[in-house]
Amino acid sequence: MHRKATLLLLIGLMLCSFSVHAKLSVFTCEPEWKALAEQIGGDQVSVFSATTAQQDPHHIQARPSLIAKLRRADLLVCTGAELEAGWLPLLLRRARNAKVQPGREGHLMVADHLSLMEKPTRLDRSEGDVHAQGNPHFHLDPRRVLKAAEVLAARLTRIDAENSKSYQERLAGFQQQWNEAIPRWEASAASLHGKSVVVHHREWIYLLDWLGMKRLAALEPKPGVPPSAGHLVGLQSALKENPALAIIRAMKDDSGPSEWLAKRTGVPAVSLPYTVGSTEHADSLQALFDEIVKQLVELKK
Amino acid sequence: MSNPILRVAVAAALAVPLSAFSADNSEIAELKQMFEQMKQQYETRISALEARIQQAEAKAQKAENSAESANQAVAEVQTETTNQRSGDNLFNPAISMVVQGSATNYSRDPEAWSLQGFQLGGESGLKPEGLSLTETELTVSSNVDDWFFAQATIGLHEEDGSTEIDVEEAFVDSLNLPAGLGLRFGRFFTETGYINTKHTHAWGFADAPLTSQAFLGHQYRDDGIRLSWLAPTDTFLELGMEALRGERFPAGGHGDQFLGDAQNYFVRIGRDVGLSHSFRLGISHLQTDPQDRQGGHAHAGHADETFSFAGDSDLTIADLIWKWAPNGDGRRQNFTFQAEYFHRDEDGDVTFTNDTGTALLPYDGTQEGFYAQGIYQFMPRWRVGLRYDRLWTDNDLRVTANSSGEGDDDVLDESGLTDGHDPYRWTLMADYSHSEFSLFRLQFSKDRSRPNESDEQVQLQYIMTLGAHGAHKY
Repeated sequence: MHRKATLLLLIGLMLCSFSVHAKLSVFTCEPEWKALAEQIGGDQVSVFSATTAQQDPHHIQARPSLIAKLRRADLLVCTGAELEAGWLPLLLRRARNAKVQPGREGHLMVADHLSLMEKPTRLDRSEGDVHAQGNPHFHLDPRRVLKAAEVLAARLTRIDAENSKSYQERLAGFQQQWNEAIPRWEASAASLHGKSVVVHHREWIYLLDWLGMKRLAALEPKPGVPPSAGHLVGLQSALKENPALAIIRAMKDDSGPSEWLAKRTGVPAVSLPYTVGSTEHADSLQALFDEIVKQLVELKK
Repeated sequence: MSNPILRVAVAAALAVPLSAFSADNSEIAELKQMFEQMKQQYETRISALEARIQQAEAKAQKAENSAESANQAVAEVQTETTNQRSGDNLFNPAISMVVQGSATNYSRDPEAWSLQGFQLGGESGLKPEGLSLTETELTVSSNVDDWFFAQATIGLHEEDGSTEIDVEEAFVDSLNLPAGLGLRFGRFFTETGYINTKHTHAWGFADAPLTSQAFLGHQYRDDGIRLSWLAPTDTFLELGMEALRGERFPAGGHGDQFLGDAQNYFVRIGRDVGLSHSFRLGISHLQTDPQDRQGGHAHAGHADETFSFAGDSDLTIADLIWKWAPNGDGRRQNFTFQAEYFHRDEDGDVTFTNDTGTALLPYDGTQEGFYAQGIYQFMPRWRVGLRYDRLWTDNDLRVTANSSGEGDDDVLDESGLTDGHDPYRWTLMADYSHSEFSLFRLQFSKDRSRPNESDEQVQLQYIMTLGAHGAHKY
């Protein structure tokens, strides 16, 4: 009797649960892909981001709320390259959603469709938090963002053929906007070419590469390993010999180490917005790069 | 589009002036000439415009073509790179090993450890005193194909001087069932409460709560099938049931039923509360029919004396886990509160057997217990935790037929099922993780599991994780 009642309850709940969702449901791992999906998807999609700009996509737990969200997603958009290795595989298994499993159209790891920098030659945990596929922070290169937009539009078109025309139109709009903006950013940052900076985490390499800047050193001795006192003292003397333009960190990084080094070397410490939503102004992908370029150029003055 | 409109406009412009004039012939001739000139001018302009429109159309066509080829290129790039999947190696399964060891010291004899009012079984008991490699675990996991994911954990531990190999877990999960259904089969940790589903290295303290020791034989895992369903709601809601072989403690049945001898049902809900908080609440109910459930190795030295329970045993567990991290970013600071409440009803007979004969003890018991713990990471890498455990019982037990040669009161005493002392324990711990993959922990407990003076327990523990990145489980 008891068992039958449980079974009936289960089946009843299942039957009344099927609801129709008009919009394509997109689950993104990071806020930058949420911004992109909203720009390309427009009214046809509703987008949820698993992380906010205040959180570190390396260090997220497979919270019940995330499992519930992924359960209903039609498309999963993440950075890939093991950035989400700690929680996404578990989330995928727990969410019971065949549509977004690896290999399906609803599973999009942007890193799989781009070339990555800093592919490690030695894979060993003693090297810190290394990613076999390469550095996953590529959204800080607008040229790669443009490429990601094309990949995303193509995927949306395949999943939701009915609205393919509007996806392609929005992509065309995005391409036009981006093709105008990139040369503009490059022109205003021309004076930064060849300049070197010190970074907190190694997340800025794509930005520096794009603007022709150099990374003199990183505050983290190894990726993901917090800065140690000894390492900072070493940097202090290194900075005396090779002066840098600035010490760059993301909003989410600990401000202590960069401020310490700034005080002792006179090299200004700046915190740059890392993704969409990091600051009030950086409320879109374009505004993010506007803000980053503006802050960097101001340093030069 | 603009072509015919233009023509109409020109025609109208030409026609309107005609009606406006009525004059002599010379003027008319002059006008005619003017019209002729105007007409020619307009015609050349129109043809020029037409040419430009045609050009524009051609350009648009070109643009469309190039857009199409761009799309094609994108599609090509995709087909080229879809093989380059991220994550674990392409075909190799994810392999990880956890090495755990400890140094322990107890002020009372760990061999004589017991929980008054409970029949201990399974792996219940304290770790050996001194230096020891408590456990080495090897986990291999991978997608089998597009339908299944499988994971196996082999545990290696020392037992009486020899190394035992144990298939701790080996299960298959479905990946592709519709409507949020999930199927797991194989050997797995049952969904009886929260901590039971976690491997020992993810526990937060160096040892199990007293509730796990008392009700689940340290940790309950069994062979079986689990069917669960995840509701399509924004609030996490999962329902499930497990059909279990039911031979191991605490089930202790025959295990020869086609769909097992024990059943477990569970419901869990969870959600975020604002940006910084999240919780999960669960209830589970385990039904077992023990036939010959014997106490485990807790009563060492009495190998020829056994207490065996046969009857019904129903265990209900409520668990709550609440996590806090400022803005959801737990790297610098976070706090986890975890509590579980256990309630068990047992009804049946306990049979005492020794060299001489047997004694029958009709038994009707209600046993309860809970633990509550908080773990606070106050700065990167460093955490402190506090835990409180308590158990209490209301067992009704008497001796009816006794041919064992021992007195009734002695038999009752030795059964361990008499009331009289409620076990409790306070535990304090601090741990340091150099990275996600290594941890050192120092732990002190004041254990009042046994009556009389408390057992002061000190443990120094290390946990090392090699290989594949472990999952950040909630």
